[in-house]
Amino acid sequence: MPRVTFTQNIQRHVPCPPASADGRTVREVLEHVFATNPRVREYVLDDQGAVRRHMVVFVNGRQIRDRARLSDPVPADGEVCVMQALSGG
Amino acid sequence: MSTRLFVATRKGLFTIERRKGRPRARWAITRTQFLADNASMVLPDRRDGSVYTALGHGHFGVKLHRSKDGGRTWEPCATPAYPPKPEGLDDREPNSGRPIPWNTELVWALEAGHASEPGTLWCGTLPGGLFRSRDRGSSWQLVEALWNHPKRREWFGGGAELPGVHSICVDPRDPRCVRVAVSCGGVWMTRDGGAGWECRAQGMRAAYMPAERQFDPHVQDPHHMVESPSNPDVLWVQHHNGVFRSTDGATSWQEIKTVKPSAFGFAVAVHPADPETAWFVPGVSDEQRIPAKGRVVVARTRNGGENFQVLTKGLPQEHAYDLTYRHALDVDETGDRLAFGTTTGSLWVSENQGDSWEAVSEHLPPVYCLRFG
Repeated sequence: MPRVTFTQNIQRHVPCPPASADGRTVREVLEHVFATNPRVREYVLDDQGAVRRHMVVFVNGRQIRDRARLSDPVPADGEVCVMQALSGG
Repeated sequence: MSTRLFVATRKGLFTIERRKGRPRARWAITRTQFLADNASMVLPDRRDGSVYTALGHGHFGVKLHRSKDGGRTWEPCATPAYPPKPEGLDDREPNSGRPIPWNTELVWALEAGHASEPGTLWCGTLPGGLFRSRDRGSSWQLVEALWNHPKRREWFGGGAELPGVHSICVDPRDPRCVRVAVSCGGVWMTRDGGAGWECRAQGMRAAYMPAERQFDPHVQDPHHMVESPSNPDVLWVQHHNGVFRSTDGATSWQEIKTVKPSAFGFAVAVHPADPETAWFVPGVSDEQRIPAKGRVVVARTRNGGENFQVLTKGLPQEHAYDLTYRHALDVDETGDRLAFGTTTGSLWVSENQGDSWEAVSEHLPPVYCLRFG
């Protein structure tokens, strides 16, 4: 099952410990995390459900390409990493 | 008379309180909250003692927090959010041509609703959406009639690059009557609680437009608009290139050309009991956003703008480059106490309608909004 981790800086605002979450795309995996921790959603995604402008999501160390729909595939043993971009601070 | 002031700054929320003492009382910082976070707005709600503050996290977006105990403890509440942008909609900021993001980019106005609607709040945002909550910020609804108005698509950004609603005036005589000001898009008014809207900026002048468009109500840039609590037909606007006043509920506006030392600025406050008395904190011009001659002054009229006094006592009169943003000047419910805060972190309080001022701090982060409450 894919594993999801969040940047340390987000924890100051909303706790989001590492989680295992099912799903074949970034959207599916993150939706499973948000289902159990709903406040995290608005810290990571904007009003349209896209990745916030100054956030970045990696799958196995590679930045995702589809920031609007989050359709990038996630392998069954994938590591999804939600980080803040260097910009925006 | 107010003894407490909330100050929202680039680096957190500060509570300032008046403490009795000898030889005289002093205003001092008594609490700091959300330190290092960008607090764009604060609203003490006099109806129930709640306080709201808006934070804009660079990475994590805009968030709203609520305090039910006068600002001691806080809980997150809902943030106004835009509905899904319709697929294929061509909604662009007219000057840059860039697509308008259907996202809350900034909480730029937060106001308590009418006294008869205790849970109601109004919220203005970049990129131009007006929201209403009927449950003290637990949920928000976009005022769709204004957002979907065909003329909204012509609103354009000023300094903020996106259009936004920064001033909201709820008529104390009628909860259905609300006036909002938009940079840049004029003044808008509803008489039916938000179902229908019309632009009400007739008489305003936009010096930054070609001659044939200067009096177009839809292109006006009111920097801030306030309503006289004692006569809500009187509204004052500090506009991008002048001061304007309406005495007929925003049906028409008259330019006030007597303001000294200059007509540019952001902030305006009106006396709670006297619609003829208003205060401004002028800067040189839009191209020179600093106080004239390096002197921080407050301009006050007591006769509806016929003439102004330039108030300087207690304010720095050389090499001062403080700029006061639109929400960073406030007057308390008596009209005697005023405060303003600046981009360079100065905060001054007056207890005599501006005749003299006392510095509370000169080392705050840039001040975005302050309010007695």
